[in-house]
Amino acid sequence: MNNEPSLLDTFFEECEDLIIALSDGLTEMRDGQADNETINAVFRAVHSIKGAAGAFALDDLVNFAHKFETVLDDVRAQRLAPDDSLLRTLQRAGDMLADLVDNARNATPANRALVDPVLAELQAFLGPEEDTATDEFVFEPMSLDLGGQDDTSPVYRISFTPGRTFYALGHDPLLLILAIQDLGPTEICVTANDLPNNFSNLHWDDGYLTWTITLSGPVSDLPIREIFQFVDDLCDLRIENNECAPFAQTTFPDHPPQPEPESGPTTDAPQRGLKDEQAERTAIKPTTTLRVDPERIDRLINAVGELIINQSVISQRLQEAALPNSSELFADLDDYKLLAREIQEGVMAIRAQPVKPLFQRMLRIAREASDATGKSVVLITEGETTEVDKTVIERLADPLTHMIRNAIDHGIESPEKRIKSGKAQQGIIRLSASQRSGSIVIEIADDGAGLNRPQIRDTAIKKGLIADDTILSDQEIDQLLFAPGFSTAAEVTNLSGRGVGMDVVKTTITGLGGRVAISTVPGRGTTFSITLPLTLAVMDGMIINVSGQTMVVPITNILETIRPSQTDLSKIGLNNDLLRIRGDYVPIIDLAERLGHAPPGRPLTDRVLLLIQTESIAQCALAVDDIYDQRQVVVKSLQGNYGYILGVSGATILGDGKIALIIDPEAITNTTSVQSQIAQPTEGGRSYVAA
Amino acid sequence: MSPPDENTQGTQLEFVTLVAGGQNFCIEITQIREIRRWSPVTILPHSPSHVLGVINLRGAVIPIIDLAAKLGFDRISPTERHVIIITAIEDRIVGLLVESVSEILGVRSDMVRETPRSPDDTTMRAILGVIAVGDDMTKVINLSTLLTNSEPVAA
Amino acid sequence: MTTHILAIDDSRTIRSLLSLTLEKAGFRVTTAVDGVDGVNKYLDQGADLVITDVNMPNKDGFGVIEDIRHGDRNRAVPVLVLTTESGAALKERARKAGATGWIVKPFDDESLVAVIKRLTGG
Repeated sequence: MNNEPSLLDTFFEECEDLIIALSDGLTEMRDGQADNETINAVFRAVHSIKGAAGAFALDDLVNFAHKFETVLDDVRAQRLAPDDSLLRTLQRAGDMLADLVDNARNATPANRALVDPVLAELQAFLGPEEDTATDEFVFEPMSLDLGGQDDTSPVYRISFTPGRTFYALGHDPLLLILAIQDLGPTEICVTANDLPNNFSNLHWDDGYLTWTITLSGPVSDLPIREIFQFVDDLCDLRIENNECAPFAQTTFPDHPPQPEPESGPTTDAPQRGLKDEQAERTAIKPTTTLRVDPERIDRLINAVGELIINQSVISQRLQEAALPNSSELFADLDDYKLLAREIQEGVMAIRAQPVKPLFQRMLRIAREASDATGKSVVLITEGETTEVDKTVIERLADPLTHMIRNAIDHGIESPEKRIKSGKAQQGIIRLSASQRSGSIVIEIADDGAGLNRPQIRDTAIKKGLIADDTILSDQEIDQLLFAPGFSTAAEVTNLSGRGVGMDVVKTTITGLGGRVAISTVPGRGTTFSITLPLTLAVMDGMIINVSGQTMVVPITNILETIRPSQTDLSKIGLNNDLLRIRGDYVPIIDLAERLGHAPPGRPLTDRVLLLIQTESIAQCALAVDDIYDQRQVVVKSLQGNYGYILGVSGATILGDGKIALIIDPEAITNTTSVQSQIAQPTEGGRSYVAA
Repeated sequence: MSPPDENTQGTQLEFVTLVAGGQNFCIEITQIREIRRWSPVTILPHSPSHVLGVINLRGAVIPIIDLAAKLGFDRISPTERHVIIITAIEDRIVGLLVESVSEILGVRSDMVRETPRSPDDTTMRAILGVIAVGDDMTKVINLSTLLTNSEPVAA
Repeated sequence: MTTHILAIDDSRTIRSLLSLTLEKAGFRVTTAVDGVDGVNKYLDQGADLVITDVNMPNKDGFGVIEDIRHGDRNRAVPVLVLTTESGAALKERARKAGATGWIVKPFDDESLVAVIKRLTGG
């Protein structure tokens, strides 16, 4: 077989799709929504993997898929009932098949210690190993050394009389004869003894001729048999060599038009399958897709980003040019803006992918976690078709894995406890995705015990994250989960603890320009909501001056901008300023000071306040030095070349080519509660950099 | 200079020599993307003293590091005459601010001597080896150690 | 004239494999992604030989053969069934469905080409 890498790639790409189809089907079966076609689709997925894997001699994969397929075939034929234990085994087998595909892709050997138990489980449903003997039978052609026959050229007499079926099935006697002639010198004779005397009895589609071929040459009868491999039962074939009894020159009886038996035990199955499949209309349609090198798309996205920047620069220049309002340039500029937006959305749509594969991975995570904890948990996924940027999907895998493990490990109670508190024994985790006004919201909701706030508080005190007399609101306590160092390897169970804590979850999501919110009801469960921007690359931002540095604050966080008068401001303690607004008091944070760009205690008059709202603090005002503009900015990551900076979610390039940092208001405001404890990288006390 | 030995072992390497903190260093040429004049940076909050900030390099955000400060010397006060060496290592692109860049040095790999002392301070850890140049010597900077190992740029 | 082969398989991998092998051997290859697509393409374009998978969505391989053998276009076209099964049961099933011959997956390209040449003379 010609194992070109591109073909193997095709195979693995196809496997991805098949594994999804498989996993889909198994989920439907689990939920009891499976019909015949679902089971057929599951069977076909495994069958296709097996068939194609065979072409690449991926034996581990073929063998496993074979066993898996055999069980599925029994389910399909209703010889096996899909009860709970069988469904669990099928799920595990599905997971294992995905693993084996990964193994094959990475060219790593299969882990027998993991594979064999699943194989044994599958076998258990098939009963004692009886099928293998018949099913694994493979016909392998081999060359035989037939010794003495080589010395004297044997002479074969081959005679065949094609019947009606022979012709109906597309065979051609001429081609067979030509093939025999390739083996050696031949003499050919045709007898037409079977032709009816009365030609009106002649059927055009019947066979009446007998060919007799005398073949001499250094051949065994194997290649001859091979030539007749498809027709040996359709043409009254006789092969005799010279040492056998003399060839009987007799006429051969005519063939009945229908030589096959009318019915046989083995012929029922395919016919039934055929009808089933024709009857069902809900077959999986192959989707036409275009595979593009992601780098090309990224280049396009960058170019579109530049286009948007360019558009805002032009729009600024035009405004400065003080043209008359009637100028047609403004209308043209509006068109330009619209087109740029459209191109941007189109390009981003190329990168958008449904969250389904991601969610399906989580189904498996949940299964494994519930197996490991001995808790009975079902993960229900919703909104799988919601499309999210590819990068987001890739980067969400780790945080979601962690959160789902966490929910099962810490959120869902033990079965006994659940029963005691009047809940169903089986815990439910809902993983949902939806699009809400320009954002993607992903929720992980468990119906467990809810967050234990006193315990979280105690842990935070024990770890030195907060002082033991700190007064925190419920929301602030919840946010402690995300504080670096809150969960450590020593204390999380071996399940959740994988070196990732919730702080990493939060960092990742912030890095994507998103936020995480927690809501919890004691005894009823906890919901984590991840809100992500619809597009990664572009966002609406307020361009501000922070102590001489140009920065950007996302518009979505800003409620209003205020130029305060002295009467709007009041002080608590030495350095805590408050803004009075509509009878409420809102804390003021000096952004420059918080970022280390200016010393504390600068006067707040002559400054601009941005009233912002975040998940952790209801409202707060960011004091900045000036506001320049409001426009779309292209978000660039700082993570790749530099790393995470507290309070900064990314950077953008302004019209003049300079870089402006994008502020993460959530992180900025959040530092009030756990600020002093977060280890800051300071080398010899950095001095404040003034403009 | 004697002609190279016929049986010379080792491959030919090229280094760019530079001056930082008044001392001679060099960086393997394959790790260098480009060399450009100093231009003002955007300051990063909460950054260590050797991190000057970030610049826009054709649409990418590149951090700039004061090599002298990173190696434990006094910080450079950048002017128009200073030079930024854009390096690429392990998928990261980082600019190094240095006092000047002198020449391209071609040597055989066996002419790179191991660092004489056991690496115990920041400077020594970041030195891969030394190359004798006439009476003087130049130290080969280990960019992986300098930028990624114990202390990521952001740390 | 180049021998025209219609290859029907729902597996992208097998389709690519068949195209690659057969085109290298000098055949012209049309592929179809399932049974319905396959029958449509056959009625539309014809073929000198059809290779079809058995297990496919929409219409399986036996359905394809049935349609071809009862269709309006050359009913006696050679049809090869691609299958992972082997043995006597297969032969009987394929024969009953009207297949000309069968190829057991994984196939090796030489014998595949040899079988096709024998059935088409091409």
